[in-house]
Amino acid sequence: MKFADYVCFEATITELQADNRDGAIKELVSALEKVGRLGKRISKDVASAIIKRENEASTGMGKGVAIPHVKHKSVKDIVGVVGLSSAGIDFFALDKHPVHSIILLISPTDDPDKHLQVMENIFRHLQQEKFRKFLRQCRKPEHVEDLLVEADEDPFI
Amino acid sequence: MAGEKTLEKVVCEMEVEIKNSDGLHMRPAMRFVDIANRFDSEISVSNDQTNVDGKSIMQISMLAATCGSKLKIRAEGPDAQEAVDALRELVEDKHFDEPVPGK
Repeated sequence: MKFADYVCFEATITELQADNRDGAIKELVSALEKVGRLGKRISKDVASAIIKRENEASTGMGKGVAIPHVKHKSVKDIVGVVGLSSAGIDFFALDKHPVHSIILLISPTDDPDKHLQVMENIFRHLQQEKFRKFLRQCRKPEHVEDLLVEADEDPFI
Repeated sequence: MAGEKTLEKVVCEMEVEIKNSDGLHMRPAMRFVDIANRFDSEISVSNDQTNVDGKSIMQISMLAATCGSKLKIRAEGPDAQEAVDALRELVEDKHFDEPVPGK
C-alpha cells in the first residue's frame, strides 16, 4: 500500500484554522467534500462519526501525530487527507503532547484488511523521526504530495 | 510454547492467531500494548516479514495482522511466561472483545 493509493492530495490543508480537535476533524472532512471526494449531505455525519470514535479512544499516538478514522458506508474505497498545524492541537494524545500532523481516514465498512494495510503504510513512515519532521515542516500542499510520493518510492523503508 | 530457564531470565515464545474479523486494528493494538506494558519482560511480536516491539503502539500497528493471520510473541525477562499467557488470552480467548467471523 502506498500513500498515493488513498491520500487525496487536493484536499491537503497545511495550516489548519481550527485550534481544537473537533474543529480540525470537521475542517478536513469539509476539505474532502469540497474536492468532491465526499457527498455534500454526508460530510457532517462522517465528521460526527469520527469525533465519536475519537471520544472512545484517542488516535493521538504520540510524537505529534494523530490518525483520526472511521468506517463509513458512504465511501466505496478508503480515502485519506493530511492536515497540519504549526501551533499544535490538543488531541488528548497518549503522550499528552500537541498534535502537528493529522492523517484522517475514512474506510468502507466491508474491507477491514485494506484498512490494516493503510495503517501499516502510515506507521511504517510515521515511525521515522525524519519523516515526521519533514511532514510537519511542509508549508504548501505540493510539499506534502512530494514528501509522500517520495516516501512511497523509498525502497529502504 | 517453550520455556527456558536460566539464572533469572526466562524466554517464552508462542504463536497466536488473530481471530476477530477486523484484525489487529488500532483499538486492539492499543489493548495489546497496554497489557504488554504491564510486564517487565521485553516483548517482541513478529510475522513472516517484520519483528516489532510489543510495547510500541506504532510498531504493533505496522503488523497489519488480518483475521486468521498468525503472530509470534516472544517475551524475555522475569515474567516472560505470565506476559505471553496474558497476551495469548487477549488475542485468542477474548479476541479483543470484538466480533469473530460468522457471528
